[in-house]
Amino acid sequence: MYGEVRALDNVSFEISEGELFGFIGPDGAGKSSLFRILTSLLLATSGKATLCGFDTEKDFKNIRNITGYMPGRFSLYSDLSVEENLEFFATVFGTSIKENYDLIHDVYCQIEPFKTRLAGKLSGGMKQKLALSCALIHKPRVLILDEPTTGVDAVSRKEFWELLKGLKSKGITIIVSTPYMDEAQLCDRVALIQHGKILAIDKPSEITKSYERQLFGISSENIHKLLVDLRVYPGVLHAYAFGQTIHYTGKDTTENLDNLWSYLKECGHARLEINPIEPGIEDVFIDLMQNEKLSVEQ
Amino acid sequence: MNEPNGIPVIRVKNMMKKFGDFVANDNLNFEVYKGEIFGFLGANGAGKTTAMKVLCGLSVPTSGEITVAGYDAYTQTEEIKRSIGYMSQKFSLYEDLTVEENFQFYAGIYKVPAKEIKPRLEESLNKVGLFEHRKKLIGSLPLGWKQKLAFSVATFHQPEIVFLDEPTSGVDPVARRNFWEQIFETSDRGITVFVTTHYMDEAEYCNRVSIMDQGKIVALDTPSKLKELYQVDNIFDLFLKIVR
Repeated sequence: MYGEVRALDNVSFEISEGELFGFIGPDGAGKSSLFRILTSLLLATSGKATLCGFDTEKDFKNIRNITGYMPGRFSLYSDLSVEENLEFFATVFGTSIKENYDLIHDVYCQIEPFKTRLAGKLSGGMKQKLALSCALIHKPRVLILDEPTTGVDAVSRKEFWELLKGLKSKGITIIVSTPYMDEAQLCDRVALIQHGKILAIDKPSEITKSYERQLFGISSENIHKLLVDLRVYPGVLHAYAFGQTIHYTGKDTTENLDNLWSYLKECGHARLEINPIEPGIEDVFIDLMQNEKLSVEQ
Repeated sequence: MNEPNGIPVIRVKNMMKKFGDFVANDNLNFEVYKGEIFGFLGANGAGKTTAMKVLCGLSVPTSGEITVAGYDAYTQTEEIKRSIGYMSQKFSLYEDLTVEENFQFYAGIYKVPAKEIKPRLEESLNKVGLFEHRKKLIGSLPLGWKQKLAFSVATFHQPEIVFLDEPTSGVDPVARRNFWEQIFETSDRGITVFVTTHYMDEAEYCNRVSIMDQGKIVALDTPSKLKELYQVDNIFDLFLKIVR
């Protein structure tokens, strides 16, 4: 708690060795506070957390040796070069770049051509790769990455997840947070988190299976008007735009599609299509938010 | 979504922007129309920010013919700044001022006539359903509200074009969609929306999108035409296909 703010509210979970585990949620959900507690940088108001058997409060020295942490904000030394930063982190942990080079190779080789450049002069994507290299150089058992892909373009995000997959195959446990719901599919298990609470925790495929209602994808020539019309339809529970399709769920589980179809035809929609679709993580997140009345919009 | 009616409010012809030997913008050519929602996509470092700075009158191009809201990007940068609104995820509002004070501050900067401030403020706040919260400090509000308010502030002086730089980064999925409804309404009022995003589903809400890679515009059309042309199901796959 920060004063009266409950950044994390009775959070309980376990992560297995070698797992790639994701905390999925928007800004302010409590992801960073949680990661600071797990890395021994912040004390929990109450409750207990252990990593590889070490208590985050009592055994903080061990915790710091076995974890590699990449904070959300770039926090390397801007006035040291790429290589000097890496050298520094290796030395602090009593190792050398050479000793663990194989572990960082896939990440570091991409920025090695710029190793004499000051860290402060790197592009966003390169800073991120340097930060990951520095978090890995002491061969941590657990890698904790706070929003490594925020503000990163779709192609670079894909590459970054490939790197994580490679690290996982080397036996490192990876705990990662992200506000991009589509990245959930790339994790072994995920926790959906909002307002300090875990809304769901499971394999991504199980989480999407938990969506109880039938979801329909509806499209027409005028997507904005379609959304407006669906919002006032008597049978609507939620209607949200996902690109050029509206994801629609009805209040009644035995939704009469004929009624919906003729309603939308009467509204004048051309090229109307209604198809049953499988929900994604974002659909489930929206649904859970509504259930918990947690959205700021409620 | 309204269809753009073909009156260009941004004209970019052969635009180059160099920093020393580095070519950040390499011969850009495009027009953006009145009331259009124009998605400006690209990889990190592709040159989007550089181009946006030129279009906002904050940086002068190296060469090319560029007009924004009818003003010249070399000689009329002050006029450009007065004709546009700008909002980003990073810089939005003053946390230690109230909702109302933030509006009044920006209204003053943009020289909104004093007697118009009060009625417009009421209208803007009612539209986003936050009138009763006008005396609260921005810092005390949830992120989704701040986002909405930042957008209302950016359009308060009724600019011709509003530039949105990753406006929805990090907000929850419901707030993100509500924000886009605000964008649709703004475009319906004839204000042009120029927006960058890393959410590829949001690219599909735009009337047209351009994709930049290594300083050049490599694709520009409506989302459906681009998907057809490159034979992909969504903009995410399109992006993966044409960037790098």
